[in-house]
Amino acid sequence: MSPFPPHLLSMDDLGTEEITEVLRVADSFAEVGRRANPKVPTLRGKAVATLFFEDSTRTRMSFETAAKRMSADVLSFAAGSSSVKKGESLRDTVETIEAIGIDSVIIRHASSGVPARVAQWVDHCAVINAGDGCHQHPTQALGDLYTVRQALGGGDPGLSRFEGMQVVIVGDIRHSRVARSQVTAYSAMGAEVTLVAPTTLLPPSLEGWPVSATSQRLDEVLPKADVVSLLRLQSERGSGEFVPTLREYTSDFGLTTRRAAMLHPGAFILHPGPIVRGVEIASDVAELPAALITDQVSNGVAVRMAVLFLLLGQGPFAGADRD
Amino acid sequence: MTDRSLGKGDPRPTVLIRGGTVVDQTGTRRADVLITQGRVAALEDRMTKPRGAMVLEAGGCVVAPGLVDLHTHLRQPGREESETIETGTRAASLGGFTAVVAMPNTEPAIDSAEAVRNVQELAATASTEVAVAGAITVGRAGERLAPMSEMAALGVRLFTDDGTGVQSAGLMRRALDYARGLGVTLAQHCEDGTLAGRGAMHEGAWSSRLGIPGLPAVAEEVMVARDIALARALGSRIHFLHLSTATSVDLVRRAKAEGVAVSAEAAPHHFSLTDGCVSGYDPAFKVNPPLRPQCDVDGVKAGLADGTIDAIATDHAPHSPELKDLPFDQAPPGMLGLQTALSLAITGLDLPLAQVLALSSWQPAAICGLDPSHGGGQGGPITAGAAANLCVIDPGATWTVEAASLASRSRNSPYLGRTLTGRVRHTVFRGEPVVIDAEVRR
Repeated sequence: MSPFPPHLLSMDDLGTEEITEVLRVADSFAEVGRRANPKVPTLRGKAVATLFFEDSTRTRMSFETAAKRMSADVLSFAAGSSSVKKGESLRDTVETIEAIGIDSVIIRHASSGVPARVAQWVDHCAVINAGDGCHQHPTQALGDLYTVRQALGGGDPGLSRFEGMQVVIVGDIRHSRVARSQVTAYSAMGAEVTLVAPTTLLPPSLEGWPVSATSQRLDEVLPKADVVSLLRLQSERGSGEFVPTLREYTSDFGLTTRRAAMLHPGAFILHPGPIVRGVEIASDVAELPAALITDQVSNGVAVRMAVLFLLLGQGPFAGADRD
Repeated sequence: MTDRSLGKGDPRPTVLIRGGTVVDQTGTRRADVLITQGRVAALEDRMTKPRGAMVLEAGGCVVAPGLVDLHTHLRQPGREESETIETGTRAASLGGFTAVVAMPNTEPAIDSAEAVRNVQELAATASTEVAVAGAITVGRAGERLAPMSEMAALGVRLFTDDGTGVQSAGLMRRALDYARGLGVTLAQHCEDGTLAGRGAMHEGAWSSRLGIPGLPAVAEEVMVARDIALARALGSRIHFLHLSTATSVDLVRRAKAEGVAVSAEAAPHHFSLTDGCVSGYDPAFKVNPPLRPQCDVDGVKAGLADGTIDAIATDHAPHSPELKDLPFDQAPPGMLGLQTALSLAITGLDLPLAQVLALSSWQPAAICGLDPSHGGGQGGPITAGAAANLCVIDPGATWTVEAASLASRSRNSPYLGRTLTGRVRHTVFRGEPVVIDAEVRR
């Protein structure tokens, strides 16, 4: 296996082997999470900072829980309370955090590319992208892969689990960082990805995207789907202007009870959350056994532990002296 | 002719440019060039150095009319932390320019006679001639016409709301009609705001992958098409700023074939860089119009080669490091261009040097009215009696762009670290050598 990359900025940073390794390592950390005292000393002495410039409850809590379960020191910089609000530049903030002696900085930002820029500025700090603009959210996609594999009964975390699997991603692909990470993640593991969205909510170009098809007819693709992954309409990124009404969107692209009945018995429903019941998914459908939404949340912790371990526990920065 | 007394009473030195090949719109010949009192005094194959004259060695070099930039943001007044007239024109002189058109999107905008006069006064000691462009609309807000006649009376010949296009077709039609009567030229930044939206880079494969809001090519093209239709209907003249797409170039090509009075410029970055440069999210590569894919780069090159595009214009747009360290979608668009324009043209365009010079000197001089036919001293043939605005170019020299070598107050060049071919060796402005051996003298 090639060495794990120094940062996790995009799913493009990981190949099939690295993804398999993340899933394998996540298995052992999931076991830790089930213990009465879910804590291991793996990252004792390491310091991890979360730097969230965009509101997020679940992702921040998930990362912080992951780091704490591994005994890392966790610092939490909220953009609202730090000096960022006083006009300090992003670059100064990051250089300050690195000077404090942080080993890994976990960044969420409303602007695409901020984690990539930060990675260009730091010298000895591993950067993890916790979601940037409409670009990438790699740990979400890794958690989805883990969840699908777990629902299938675990076993081989490699290609054999996913090869030929029919994955349908439905919703606002255009503005979705989750979709961009999912497409790369599923296809790297051999699954076939179909994108379903109004044409206005597809990216302007799909050149170079490893997708096998796009469709505006959800009813036609549902019967052969093994995994249906739903996305929220990102109204904060203006997606409301891309469809005439929510009612029309739900009517054409919502996973209604009628549509859920078209799925074959072994199919799964995923949603990265937060879900908007009654728009992209009917309330009843979100409660079906096939819906893995809460599993995605709990598995997110194990996968993020695996990522932290692979970046800090054995990565290029693992034994680095700081002078 | 060779007596030192020629320069008596005039502070400007007598200068002999020795050993070069003179290239201007009349052709190419081997000649030494003698300059006194701000004018070309004589051209001869081999001249003896007059006593007391300063000699500029030009062996292996081309002696050409000074370059003229139709599109420079000097940032004064209002953004002096990014650039001043002094630093911007110093960078221009290092790039071989002896005249620049100062864009009116300053703070406040140059939209009145008073604002024009202010910049003209500030530019009195600049290293190049500064032709002030005025705004078409008050505050560049696109709502009502700025007092163009009052500004024209002060010598303003080019008007533009650059940074934004005049969105209202009705207002643009009225502006073209009014400008026609004044004998001035309107220059349009073609960008339909409703199509551009919050776009921060070219909309296409790269923007889709990077998750950056896109600026579609059609946002430029619909305004090019609209303004050609307006100019045709009115019989007005229009100049298109920084064309960046193959379709825009083709629209202008067809309009010219029809006889519509259009001219156009292209910026060096639009024939040197592509949208793939944005892959690392470095805002040094953020510019408006945005960097486009290779097919558009090829279209711009074809337009420069076949004469559809009349001028290479830098769109020199300084921004402080604080602003260029913002996230890509928040950072302001624009890149430095004055010191690298000619080298990029020599390096990247497969054109004879005389054609590069036509695009960089006498053709832009004619568009902004600084050439001899409009009574100006820029871009004209190098003959006895001509104004001594000249540059000396070493077409074979290679050099590497370094931050330390930039005279601008800002550092936002996308070419740092790049090695380019062709370098400006000397620049003579109004008879005074302002750049000697690629170093500023004032």
